[in-house]
Amino acid sequence: MIPEEKLKELKEMEKIYPDKRSLLLPYLQAIQDIYRYISDEAIEFVAKELSLNPSFVLGVLTFYTYFSRTKRGKYHIQVCRNLSCSLLGAESLIDYISKRLSLKPGETSSDGRFTFSLVECLGCCDRAPMMINDKYYTDLTLEKVDEILSSLR
Amino acid sequence: MNEGPFSQLLKVDGINKIERYLEQGGYSALKKALGMKPDEIIEEVKTSGIRGRGGAGFPAVVKWSFIPKDKRPVYLVCNADEGEPGTFKDRYIIEKIPHLLLEGIAISSYAVGANFALIYIRWEYVREAEILKNAIREAKEKGMLGKNIMGSGFDLEVVVHRGAGAYICGEETALLESAEGKRGNPRVKPPFPANVGLYGAPTVVNNVETLASVPLIIEKGGKWYASIGKPKSTGFKLFAVSGHVKKPGLYEKPMGYPLLKLINEDCGGIREERKLKAVIPGGTSTPPLTAEEADVSLDYESIQEKGSMLGSGAIIVMDDSTCMVYVAKKLADFYSHESCGQCTPCREGMPWLKEILARIENGLGESDDIPLLMDICTGILGRTLCPLGDAGALPILAYVKKFREEFEAHIKEKGCPFKGKK
Ligand SMILES: Cc1cc2nc3c(=O)[nH]c(=O)nc-3n(C[C@H](O)[C@H](O)[C@H](O)COP(=O)(O)O)c2cc1C
Ligand code: SF4
Ligand code: FES
Repeated sequence: MIPEEKLKELKEMEKIYPDKRSLLLPYLQAIQDIYRYISDEAIEFVAKELSLNPSFVLGVLTFYTYFSRTKRGKYHIQVCRNLSCSLLGAESLIDYISKRLSLKPGETSSDGRFTFSLVECLGCCDRAPMMINDKYYTDLTLEKVDEILSSLR
Repeated sequence: MNEGPFSQLLKVDGINKIERYLEQGGYSALKKALGMKPDEIIEEVKTSGIRGRGGAGFPAVVKWSFIPKDKRPVYLVCNADEGEPGTFKDRYIIEKIPHLLLEGIAISSYAVGANFALIYIRWEYVREAEILKNAIREAKEKGMLGKNIMGSGFDLEVVVHRGAGAYICGEETALLESAEGKRGNPRVKPPFPANVGLYGAPTVVNNVETLASVPLIIEKGGKWYASIGKPKSTGFKLFAVSGHVKKPGLYEKPMGYPLLKLINEDCGGIREERKLKAVIPGGTSTPPLTAEEADVSLDYESIQEKGSMLGSGAIIVMDDSTCMVYVAKKLADFYSHESCGQCTPCREGMPWLKEILARIENGLGESDDIPLLMDICTGILGRTLCPLGDAGALPILAYVKKFREEFEAHIKEKGCPFKGKK
């Protein structure tokens, strides 16, 4: 389920924490990053590793927006819709990206390449950002967005 | 112009590396602290008068002195969740001067008797988490963290723990739940984390900026720190300015700096030579100040006198083209999305606010929607388990009260009077 090296790193972390239950989020993050979703099998796996009940694991993961039960696209495009960015025109950016990708917020393209999400403040409000997977792109103009999206293959 | 200790360090190239940080006198405050008694450190920080930079402005050290002296283990948690809309100050500290934060964590941990410290960082700060992990590795290699720090006999393990996308996990008890591998539901207080925190152990929770200020206080003394700013709002503060100013960004100022000076001089004034309409002084959870109220100095007391809060120091500036119904609706969208759902007034109230504000904005509002909005806000205020309920209801109520004529105009004209006029 998790590559050996990463698993080793997680096991090392277990030793440092006061209690290994703290590792639940790190385990789920590792799985989400590899598979782009959390399967039933993954839940069973993590539950067993950390001696937890699978239903407890499910309860936890549904609380957090990072985790998805359905497979996300290869590129997860996340645009901030919160106040500071909206004051700088995030809404026209959102409309533009939505049209360009032919996706409504929350949707994944049928070829599995893109998921488009609106997110809350990304802590970069002076520069109206968007995130693609785990990378920030800032000071966006429509031309710049075009360039970035075209470069994703 | 930026003035103050953070800005000086932020300017130094490559200071995220330990060698460079040491060259600049880094970790000397830790060395000094390890030669002091823990109580002396607590006393020094108390003298400084520093108040928590995470939003509540609670004297940082009061929490430290609540930690029982006879109970072990004790834990220290650094709150790097930075989710309050408009806030981006902690990110700069972590990215540029991670060792300053680690030094502050080490001194504070020693003061409260913690041998394990956890930095809870929002997941989006992927790069920043990596920077911190690297810095921890470097510090361990140089003997500034880990076992027997600088031969003092003091041990400290620091871990970087990533969140998973939930604003509520910035609230300290929700954070602790999340760090224990659970849903981020806030706990009932009391007991406070200083008594029952991470896995039931006494725990100190402080914001990044608070902890990163500690080395300076130890180095230069609490008296020196207290001499800056105002008597009850001491020291320097980072202000994250966004919105309709020409030069948004991070500004470091002594407490008590005039808000209008910050906007008009430091930030170059309002964009497109427009006029100021309103300004949020401390993140979206704090009520807005009107242009008239904005003639205020940036410290906890002065802002409070105007009925708002300094909060996290996130200043959001809005010019006269801004629709206040739209702003209130943005807030309602956010707080309804982020409500953890544990208490009814917050879980049910926020979506109602969102719905009513949407219909007013879209020209479908009725005249009794305004009293209804106020009624829902007052129904939430003071009736929830954690402060998120108030954080949404208080500002939304303030938008309705302070800009009521705009809400009425939307209803009368059956639409947004600002649309198409920008
Ligand atoms: C809904 C909510 C969100 C919060 N988010 C943060 C946050 O992102 N970062 C932070 O430092 N404090 C946040 N706080 C405040 C913390 O609960 C806590 O007061 C703070 O971490 C204490 O540190 P300080 O004393 O150094 O300010 C939040 C509080 C609430 C109610
Ligand atoms: S006020 Fe809202 S966020 Fe806080 S505990 Fe209640 S439901 Fe959860
Ligand atoms: S409001 Fe968009 S990053 Fe903060």
